[in-house]
Amino acid sequence: MELIKKHPILEFHHGKEVEFTFDGRTLKGFEGDPIAMALHANGIQVYRETPLMKRTRGFFCAIGKCSSCFMVVDGVPNVRTCVTPLKAGMKVETQKGKGLVPMDVK
Amino acid sequence: MKMTVKTDLLIVGGGAAGLSAAAEAASAGAKVTVLESDLHAGGQLVKQTHKFFGSKDEYAGTRGFEIANILLDEIKELGDNVMIDTNTTVTGYYPESQEFTAMRGESEYYRIKAKKAIFATGAAERMIPFTNNDLPGVYGAGAVQTLMNLYGVVPGKKVVMVGAGNIGLIVSYQLKQAGVDVAAVIEATPKIGGYWVHAAKIRRLGIPILLQHTILEATGDRVVDGAIISALDDKFQPVGEPQKIDCDTICMAVGLTPTTELFWQAGCKMQFVPQLCGYVPFRDNTMRTSNPDFWVAGDASGIEEASSAMVEGRIAGFSAAKSLGLKVDEEKFKNYWTRLDHLRAGEVGAKIRSGIDQVKVNGWEA
Amino acid sequence: MGGITMGCCCGNDDEKLFNSGILTGPRPGAVLPPQDKWETKKGGYVVIECPQRIPCNPCATSCPTGAVMPFADINDTPAIDYDKCTGCGMCVAKCPGLACFVIDLTYAPDKAVIKLAYELEPEPEKGQKVKCLNRTGEEVADGEIIAVAEPFKDHTKVVSVVIPKNLAGDIRAIKVVC
Repeated sequence: MELIKKHPILEFHHGKEVEFTFDGRTLKGFEGDPIAMALHANGIQVYRETPLMKRTRGFFCAIGKCSSCFMVVDGVPNVRTCVTPLKAGMKVETQKGKGLVPMDVK
Repeated sequence: MKMTVKTDLLIVGGGAAGLSAAAEAASAGAKVTVLESDLHAGGQLVKQTHKFFGSKDEYAGTRGFEIANILLDEIKELGDNVMIDTNTTVTGYYPESQEFTAMRGESEYYRIKAKKAIFATGAAERMIPFTNNDLPGVYGAGAVQTLMNLYGVVPGKKVVMVGAGNIGLIVSYQLKQAGVDVAAVIEATPKIGGYWVHAAKIRRLGIPILLQHTILEATGDRVVDGAIISALDDKFQPVGEPQKIDCDTICMAVGLTPTTELFWQAGCKMQFVPQLCGYVPFRDNTMRTSNPDFWVAGDASGIEEASSAMVEGRIAGFSAAKSLGLKVDEEKFKNYWTRLDHLRAGEVGAKIRSGIDQVKVNGWEA
Repeated sequence: MGGITMGCCCGNDDEKLFNSGILTGPRPGAVLPPQDKWETKKGGYVVIECPQRIPCNPCATSCPTGAVMPFADINDTPAIDYDKCTGCGMCVAKCPGLACFVIDLTYAPDKAVIKLAYELEPEPEKGQKVKCLNRTGEEVADGEIIAVAEPFKDHTKVVSVVIPKNLAGDIRAIKVVC
């Protein structure tokens, strides 16, 4: 998985290249593009594991309707990574099982 | 942070139908708010690198993503009349208080009171059951388009495309344009479902179209590494030895189904119409639903095409503006229906026409 | 040499082949020009392979001479008035289905030129050698690009390729080899 080098029809205008972390690893992505795109460009396809059968899940619909792409982002679980824009310094983690929501509301 | 927003006309969905409706209603003077859950407006148009069919009025010969820009330019000309909020998902409609709720991003939550609304919520990919169909690497065709055409990311190295409708055929071609190998397109029925010319285009590039075949299994430990396919007999039963195709992406193009939650929540009269690919609301010839304040346009009214989505959007926008008491030109209404009827007049439109016949009403009592 | 024929002959599997996007013989909307006129027409004639009635007419609306006759109904298949066709290739560049070609049989005793739409990488260049593909994508001959145009400046290139004349009824795509 990587970026398309040359396309016969399209020109890609990416935002600023920023760093973010995935399970502790520092990766590069484009600010403003959905998190899932940055992960895919870095070769990462497994986003979470299901609670009971530990099945791997990842990208599927890309329009925020299917729930397959949920990950823990900056401590918040069940984030739809296919429609959530990447920000510099974001902490993205594989979601194992059901997400745990911090119960203390600040 | 706003708690309740008021607007004259709320349009849920900023795709082909929603933007067309916004442009039409705003041109009559309506104050319009378009809420779009994706990060940019344009819906499925922005991912289409191929040139559209139809006639000049529907921008035939123009690439899909340019059509999105044409619509957005038209809306920009109408200035303050239209506000488009992206990254905002309408999460529900509450008939008790006649309010919508919406979420911007993942944490900002607010309510909307609208005098009238058009639901142009489009569609979602369907899935077919097969072993390991939940493995990462099994992606919706629209999702693959998003990866490669919007964000310039290579979706995979070798793809098996499931479904030979227009989407399966077009996305296969787009994969080739992005430099990705398509091992095969498999189709369960004895004929392609999409336009013949789309199939011819990919056949001459060496992409096989295997009719009367289906996928039995996706193989791979944590991600896809192959697809096991089988031939089908005339009763759609697997026959013969299954075959394994090495691939890293299985692209699902097995049909779309209308996104209709808001219609159900609003209590609109609905019906399951196979020809329109799911449950859809009843509508009159102004695209109004059984709820006097809500209209439908685009794939949410029945799976069809971008060209008809745009005209339905115009009709709904026109009618919603009229219902707000604004002055409209009836000639435009007649003109839009002529265009829509022409688009649906041929053999490929027969299925749509028979579907719409089941859910159209001549008028509502209220 | 005999006239150009269209498609591959596969007997009773014809319908199945057609159903997967392969033209197996002429049909309304997918015909060859009249052979006698074609053999002497400098500049070639349009060959459109659009046998299905779909709501689409840019071939007709983009034709500057009316050779692709105006459609009575947008769902009609294209019909050609060969007296008006100049082989300009506007339709080749405009057709959303990439179904239009221009074929000139007068290039050389055994060579023809086909103009076809191309929207892939690598970019085609004049002088390049290419592989010529038939309707099922099989490499059937070598060809040479003698011209590349982009009439609508919209990334659809119209590529003119010199091909063996006896395969003018079969070759419908090229593979640019870098």
